[in-house]
Amino acid sequence: MLSQARPGSKGRPLADRLREFTGESAAKCYQCGKCSAGCPLAAEMDFPPSQILRMLQLGFPTLEAKAIASLSIWLCLTCETCLARCPQEVDLPKIMEFLREESLREKKFHPQAKEIIAFHRAFLDSVQAAGRLYEIGLIADYKARSRHLFQDVLVAPKLFWRGKLKLFPHLIKDRSNISRIFSKTLGKKEPSG
Amino acid sequence: MSRIGVFLCHCGENIAGTVDPGKVVEAANRIPGVVHSIDYKYMCSDPGQSLIREAIKEKGLTGVIVAACSPRMHEPTFRRVCAESGLNAFLCEMANVREHCSWVHEKSELTTAKAIDLVRIMVEKAKRNRPLFPIKVPVTKTALVLGGGIAGIQASLDIANAGHKVILVERDPSIGGHMAQLSETFPTLDCSQCILTPRMVEVAQHPNITLHTYSELESVDGFIGNFKVKIRKKARGIDEKLCTGCGVCAQKCPLKKIPSEFNAAMGMRTAIYTPFPQAVPNKPVIDKKRCTYYLKGKCKACEKACPAEAIRFDQPDEIIEVETGAIVCTTGFEVLSTEFFPEYGYGKYKDVINGLQFERLASASGPTLGAIRRPSDGKEPETVVFIACAGSRDPAKGIEYCSKICCMYTAKHAMLYKHKVHQGTPYVFYMDIRAGGKMYEEFVRRAIEEDGVKYIRGRVSRIYEQDGKLIVKGADTLLGAQPVEIEADLVVLATAMVANSGAEELAKKIHVSYDSYHFLAEAHPKLRPVETNTAGIFLAGACQAPRDIPETVAQASGAASKVAALFSADELSREPVIAVVHRTAPPIFSICEGCFMCEQACPFQAIEREEIKTRDGKLIKVVAKVNPGVCQGCGTCVALCRAKALDLQGFSNEQVYAEVMAV
Repeated sequence: MLSQARPGSKGRPLADRLREFTGESAAKCYQCGKCSAGCPLAAEMDFPPSQILRMLQLGFPTLEAKAIASLSIWLCLTCETCLARCPQEVDLPKIMEFLREESLREKKFHPQAKEIIAFHRAFLDSVQAAGRLYEIGLIADYKARSRHLFQDVLVAPKLFWRGKLKLFPHLIKDRSNISRIFSKTLGKKEPSG
Repeated sequence: MSRIGVFLCHCGENIAGTVDPGKVVEAANRIPGVVHSIDYKYMCSDPGQSLIREAIKEKGLTGVIVAACSPRMHEPTFRRVCAESGLNAFLCEMANVREHCSWVHEKSELTTAKAIDLVRIMVEKAKRNRPLFPIKVPVTKTALVLGGGIAGIQASLDIANAGHKVILVERDPSIGGHMAQLSETFPTLDCSQCILTPRMVEVAQHPNITLHTYSELESVDGFIGNFKVKIRKKARGIDEKLCTGCGVCAQKCPLKKIPSEFNAAMGMRTAIYTPFPQAVPNKPVIDKKRCTYYLKGKCKACEKACPAEAIRFDQPDEIIEVETGAIVCTTGFEVLSTEFFPEYGYGKYKDVINGLQFERLASASGPTLGAIRRPSDGKEPETVVFIACAGSRDPAKGIEYCSKICCMYTAKHAMLYKHKVHQGTPYVFYMDIRAGGKMYEEFVRRAIEEDGVKYIRGRVSRIYEQDGKLIVKGADTLLGAQPVEIEADLVVLATAMVANSGAEELAKKIHVSYDSYHFLAEAHPKLRPVETNTAGIFLAGACQAPRDIPETVAQASGAASKVAALFSADELSREPVIAVVHRTAPPIFSICEGCFMCEQACPFQAIEREEIKTRDGKLIKVVAKVNPGVCQGCGTCVALCRAKALDLQGFSNEQVYAEVMAV
């Protein structure tokens, strides 16, 4: 049973925070469903994109929690097909990104999102450290995080002999710039309270 | 010998799709008396009309049959074509091979055969046609407008400004109607009273308008151009000439707890009252059903207080008789009350109100002076639920139609609430948002996007009270119909717009038809939207169907222009399809025996008595005579006449028998 937030109960509506951090308004969406119709991942999602947005519109805490704990937000590829076609010009990819951050912040992510988050972190760590992708480092990091130690391990020799896995990372020239970008972005983006 | 021309129209595919035109033309040519037969794709078009014109001249036709659509559609068109070509218009007939044949049958030999039969029937009739000439009747250039809402006000002003006299009759003590009750109007949010009251005053002061408020239509007789109308002016209980409208009487009246009609029971009034301060005329009336004097024979507090000595307890109702040339019916609508909804508490929850009641709460002239306070305890509601389609689009409740204005006024209500109670939360339960109109969709989006009104798509199943809150149970169909429960402080039902409770009775009085919902019927839903099937009677506004203000005003101006067109000539011509009494040379004079059964039967009082006298004044016999101005050509008298002395011009017994025998 869905019901409204009781006056005086916890927190502000998520839609208010959304507007504050992204400038996007959930109320703008009129639920035509064009985003869901064109989303390449919609069939795999637990809730189609338009419903994720709907969950933010009413300000009901149970619905907001559902959106944050959904798998959909992690399956979103940020391909921006939805944004390109939206008649109301709602920036859904931006909203998805906001929800992913909320999900991590509240540690309420979907159990199936664990691997995606592990890969996401491992990837960014690799980029932060080397300035570009370091495959063996990424694989090791991902396996350590996801604990899928033996997943796809048999393809490793093939990849190695074909020269796809380099033993040492290729570092870019001015790595301090990369760390500057990371600290600047992280420092600004982490939504507070 | 008749020389008849047959003109078959294909009506695009409408007729030619199921009827074989070639065969009909061929068969028509073989009918005795037919000298010309031709088909064409669109006979009503200019080239089609030319075919008729040329044939009349070249072939010397004495009769024309247009086998096409219903005579209701194009008979006037083709009769005009004939008249322009020198053939009497009433020698032109239409064989309805569309509505009576091609539209109702499949394509087959039989369908074509039926079309040929229909043509043959009309040929036989046409052979016996005689030239007829339109009847001229004078026009009384005064219009009667029934209902003083915005439609009646607009129609009255437009007709009056065109230079004609108007008699405006309003049932309530003041003109203004529902629009006077509204707070702000969508989509501009301009104040309803601010735009309406100047027009009300204009009506009262216009030299061409006679205003009868607190009056009802008693009866209507006559016909277009010449209606005779009786109006019952209900006794106000005051002498209007002496009353200054000071309002002391209402102040002194001891009964102060009567639910005010104007405030939709959100406020109270006294037994002697003026509905609202801006009322036109600003003169009170005594509510005789509630006044202590009328019930118990004593009190008279108002009489004692009145400085003008204008109170008249014994004033009788007055019947006014007027003659008018046209009638514009603008009697408006009612809204369903909350008692209609068992699932929403049968009206027993004080804080479940309807849209009109919310208007009064939001109105600056209302009982709360515009502050949103719930009726039960006067508190400002923190959560308000608005329910659209309350009764509308609900066949189980007998209302299948969309009330049309609710989507917009609900968005407006939610917006007004949010403007007045900033921290409040308005929810709207709806089925669809129907916002077709200039700046309407934008208005609804503004309510949602800028004012944060929460729209939930789904119908509310139930409302019940729990711990001082109204629990509203609905579902969000956009989330797969998940159940939703809102704890509300106030619930506003956008209840359906329905026909006036007296609409059926009124329709019978003025002889216009009405639909199954008791809305008055227009002559044609697209092409004659402000006319009725009774000539000279016009419609405007919500008495015809749910309408918003812009549409109502447009329609009222439309009806007014129809009236002005009718009044533009001193005489109008009527179709001569009327009954005539047989007359012949002496010594018979007439086969009428003077039984006057026709006089009894005539629904229009068109039968008069005529005395036939010798030259020296000796009475020979009394026979019936038809008043051509009043006769509507219904034929009842013809069917009833034992002596066969009556006949209907253009539909004579001889013609009808010939038609039957032709099949």
